[in-house]
Order: sequence, then structure tokens, then C-alpha cells
Amino acid sequence: MKKYRSWAFIPPIEQKAVRPQWLGFKLPDTNEGEKEKSGSLLPYGNGRSYGDSCLNVKGTVVDSRSLNRFIHFDENTGVLKCEAGVTFADILAVIVPKNWFLPVTPGTKFVTVGGAIANDVHGKNHHQDGTFGRHVLGFELLRSNGDTLLCSPDENKDFYAATIGGLGLTGFITWAEIQLIKIESPYIKVETTAFHGLDEFYALSESANKNHRYSVAWIDCASSGKNFARGLFMAGDHADHTPQGKPNKAVQAEPKLSIPFNFPKLALNRYSIKAFNALYFNKNSAMSAGTSYQHYDSYFYPLDGLGDWNRIYGKQGFYQYQFVVPFSEKATMEKILNKIVESGLGSFLAVLKEFGDVDSPGLLSFPRPGICLALDFANRGETTLKLAAELDELVIKAGGAVYPAKDVRMSSQAFKAYFPKMEEFKAFIDPKFTSDFWKRVNKES
Amino acid sequence: MNNNETAVIFGATSAVGQALSKIHAEQGGALILVGRDESKLDVTAADLRTRGASQVDCLVADLDDFDKHQSLLQEIENKADDIAKYYFFYGTLPDQKACEASWQESHKALTTNFLSAASLLTLIANKVETESKNKGDRGIIVVTSVAGDRGRQSNYIYGAAKGGLTLFLQGLRNRLHKSGCSVTTVKPGFIDTPMTSDIEKGGPLWATPEKVAVDIYKAAQKGKNEIYTPNFWMPIMLIIKNIPETIFKKLSL
Repeated sequence: MKKYRSWAFIPPIEQKAVRPQWLGFKLPDTNEGEKEKSGSLLPYGNGRSYGDSCLNVKGTVVDSRSLNRFIHFDENTGVLKCEAGVTFADILAVIVPKNWFLPVTPGTKFVTVGGAIANDVHGKNHHQDGTFGRHVLGFELLRSNGDTLLCSPDENKDFYAATIGGLGLTGFITWAEIQLIKIESPYIKVETTAFHGLDEFYALSESANKNHRYSVAWIDCASSGKNFARGLFMAGDHADHTPQGKPNKAVQAEPKLSIPFNFPKLALNRYSIKAFNALYFNKNSAMSAGTSYQHYDSYFYPLDGLGDWNRIYGKQGFYQYQFVVPFSEKATMEKILNKIVESGLGSFLAVLKEFGDVDSPGLLSFPRPGICLALDFANRGETTLKLAAELDELVIKAGGAVYPAKDVRMSSQAFKAYFPKMEEFKAFIDPKFTSDFWKRVNKES
Repeated sequence: MNNNETAVIFGATSAVGQALSKIHAEQGGALILVGRDESKLDVTAADLRTRGASQVDCLVADLDDFDKHQSLLQEIENKADDIAKYYFFYGTLPDQKACEASWQESHKALTTNFLSAASLLTLIANKVETESKNKGDRGIIVVTSVAGDRGRQSNYIYGAAKGGLTLFLQGLRNRLHKSGCSVTTVKPGFIDTPMTSDIEKGGPLWATPEKVAVDIYKAAQKGKNEIYTPNFWMPIMLIIKNIPETIFKKLSL
């Protein structure tokens, strides 16, 4: 049975849930003194948020996964209307055979549409197309008092802006309408270039982002000296045809491989991570440098091919740290990378990406112009938390931000510094909704 | 893989019915959905059309109303003249204690879970028997339950209905064998659906409707006689069926 957990297993908690089956449902009663009091509420999608933004331990989560029906798909205009629990994987299975694609996708297709809006997710095309929220034409928001609000850039604009990136706190999104983009093939034309150091990355990113829809870099966070900040830069575009000899398959089925159990604590350490990074760099810089064609599934969702990959970190779970700092703060980025390398706590796959200056529509949207780094830290208790707190200080000083969807530990001061529109946002929170994340970042300390 | 056959789904808005219909839709099949609630049927139909179904029709019917079964099947026939699969997904999970206290409750449960299906199957069998088709082209697939394998004090009314239906299907399979129409009995264990929402869930015995639907779809395509889903229920039920009655009657199951 699926448990109501966060993706990174921290905190290791399960909790109460309700699972509505059909639109038109009522949210459970939260009144004090009711026989089966639900307590506060929080929407729950597919449990891919890493931290406590998808948890509401003292209350109830409202599981959206049975609300997974398509309502309408216009094959001529690419406008798709569906219930909030539909996943990106479901959508791709329907739209790719008709030559449409998601306007923005994160690095996993196992997110729900509701979750994608609530976190205003971004992807490898942020520099051109902005966040997912920009492509949401409208949605319906169910409030705990029973009201339903139609929200769009023209209607209930304030709730539209608060709900996009609003971490599920403004009410329950029941359905949404999104604008897809046209493609000619399920393949991505990828250009891979090796780089050494941040200067080379900045230069590559600057020139590539003008000409390519997608760009992302893998960066080695374990090596120092001459290998410091080496990485692979991958620029991509939707191919204008399916290359000869490649199967024109739109969908990959369920993960072929799956991690059946939590890895033991020893599996991940400084040496295995270093070895992995060296291997990955050498293999890929030698083999795939240049131009290649990749199926969208392996290009956008490399980890989805490995079911339950979060178990690699063992049952103690892991931390993910994702932040953005302005372009001008290259020195800060370098300092942070140095700290991570020194700590030896960095992970296999660290991802570096340039965010463009396309405005994010949400009051609490995370993406803003600058350079964004995401990486996992194995859970080494206090040592890991201390490192993250030190990184927070540098990010705050640089005027950057840390991504709430990945977070389980940032302080309330840090959150306020990262999200200056927090006070404005508060007016739109549903009085009966909260999350463990929200309680944490509002705690006075 | 493409599979453009027409399937009739009795109980189309049930969790497993929806999951199975999705598989048919993704293969490009045509569907005739039968259920009680028109708006739920419409919502389900819109979803299936988007997922690739070549044709979706909805018929609103209360299947406890035996007098309307003949006309319902006529309507189905009017929608498509070549029906490959008949799926039965509807049912209720009665409260055993309420059934013990009231014959009306028991009667209702037996009516929905056994008699209604038996009535529809009688009419369908008479129709498929007269059709000349190749072996393997047609199938009747009915969801019964592991509860029908042995009577237990905790749910023997439901068990009797499903067990009766299982026997009925055995006979029907025997009878239709000559005509080439397969009859598949599906015995699920615990499925996490709204029907079981009052039961505390968790543990390895609970399966999702999606997983169960995949098992059912595969069994239907192969024209299997009987399946347990998930299949670990087969050895479990083998043991349960073989406990001597002198011992079994003392157990609190």
C-alpha cells in the first residue's frame, strides 16, 4: 500500500488521509467537536515533494490521486483540461502520439497537475518558457467553506497568483486547464559539452540559452583541484523528425528496474560518491560529447527509469538542497561548491541550471533570474544540517532562495528572506489548510 | 499493441471498472459503459475518449431491476453488433451483522451480488451461443471474490453470493465451451477502493485497482478460466479451502 510519506523519507512519518473519488466532493469537516474530526487539511498529490510541504501530520491530507480523469483535450489547439490528480506520465501517454508536449516539466513525470501548480515547477526550458504556472490557463479552487473559485489570469487573479506556487495552502485544486506545445517527434536533439569550472559553465550557458529550448548541466560536487566543478552541459531541442532506426514510441511503460529495499547505510560514502562522479564524467564526456538523439523519456526523466530510487539513501532518508543565486553572485556559487566538496557530503547527481528572466506568476514561486544548483545530501544527522544552515547564510546574503518543495529544514528567517511576498500571500490561505512546512517556517525562534 | 474490440463494462464507475476501461481505451478499443449514475458515467466516458477509446457509449441502468435486463441488452446490441468482451465489475460489500439482523439486508446483498449477474449472464449466454465466431474472439469476465471460496462467520452472506456466482460461472463455462466463448472467473483479494473504505487498510494483502485491472485484462485476453488477483491469493486460499471443517468451524475468521 502506498503510504503518505515525503519523497526523501524525512521526517519518517505516516499520516491520516481522505481520498475523494469524484469531483463535486466536499472537503471533510474540520470543526472542533465533530466525532471524526479531521483537523487541518492539506492536498496530497503523488508524494514527490522531498520534505514536509506535502505533510500535515496532526491533521489530514486530501489525496487527489483518484481524481485522475481527463476532461477534454483539443488536439487542434493543444488545450488540455483534466482533474488535478492526473500525472504528467498520464498526460504524456495521451498527448505525445498527437504531437503535443508538456510546456514545462520537472525531472520526474510522476507528479500530479495539482502538485505542479502548487509548487510552480520549472524545467530545463526555464530560460525561455518560465515556470509551469505560466502555461496554466485556469483552474478551479475548492475552499473549505464549500466555495469554488474559478481562477485564471483574468478571473480571481489574486487567488490565481497565490495558488500558483502556494504550496497547497490556498485550497484544493480540483481541475486545471493547460496550454501544451507542439512537437514533431518524441526525440530530443541533444548537444553535450564537457566543461571545467564555473567560468566555462557560465560561458556555455550564455551562448546555448539563446539558441536552445532546453539546457541543464550535471556537475561534479565531489572532486577538488583540477577537477573542481567539472561537468557536462547538455543543450536540447525537440527534434524536427524521428531519426532513422529509432522506434517512434511515445511512451515508456512502468520503470523496468526498481529499488526493492532501502540500501544499507554503508552503501553511500565519500569514496563511492567520488568514484561514481569520476566514472560518470569520464564515461559521458568521452562517449556522448557532440550531438545525439535521445528519447524524451530518458532526456527529461532519467531517474524515473529506476523505480523508488529514493531508497538508495537507506531508510534514514536524505536531504535535497536546491537554491538559486543571481548571476552576479558567481563568487558565492564558487564558495558554496567549495564547501560542498570539502564536506564530502555531496551526492551522485548535482544539477546546475540557468534561470531566465521570464516572470514567475506565483507570489511564492521559487524560480528567479540566476543560477540554480540542486543536489542530494545523504542524511548524516547534525553534520548535514549544519552544512545546510551554513549554505543558507550564503544564499541569503547573495539575495537568492531555497526551493520549498525540496526542503525540510530551512528556518523561518531564511524563508522570509527568500520569499518577501510571504505577508501578502497570507491573506489567501484557506483558514482550515496548513502543512508541516508552513507551521515550521512561521515558527518564531 | 492495438486492440479495437468492443467491451461492455457492467459497473463502469467502480474503481476496478474504471481502471480496466482505461486499459481498453489506451489500446484503442470501444466501450459500452453501464452504471447507475449518469454524471459519473459521463465523466468516465470523457476520460476514456481522451485516453484513446475509439468509441464510448453510456447506458444508465439499475441492475437490481431484473425486468429491464432484456431491454438493456437490446440497447447494448443496438450500440454495437460485434461485442467481444462482457465485464462484470459491480457489487456491494454488505455489513454482515446487518444481514444477520435483517433478511431484507441479506436479500438485497444476494440480489445485487448474485441474482442480478445470474440474470444478465443467462441472457448473454443465450445470445453468444447462437453467434458463430472463432474460438477466443469472445469472453465473459466476472469478478467474484476470494470470500466465495469458503464460508466464514465474518462475511458469509457476501461469500455465499460470490461463491454461488463462482459455481454458476463454472457451469456456464462448461456450457459455452463448445461455442468458443470463454468464461473467466476473477477472484480478487482486498482491493483499496471506495467499497472497502470503512476497513482499516495497510499491509501487503491490499492491492490497487490498477494492479488488479492489469491482471484481469491479461486473463481476459488469454481467455483464462479462473484467476486470483494478486496471484498470491491462490496458495492462501488453497490452504484455507483445505482446513478440515471440524477445525475451521472453531476459528474466528
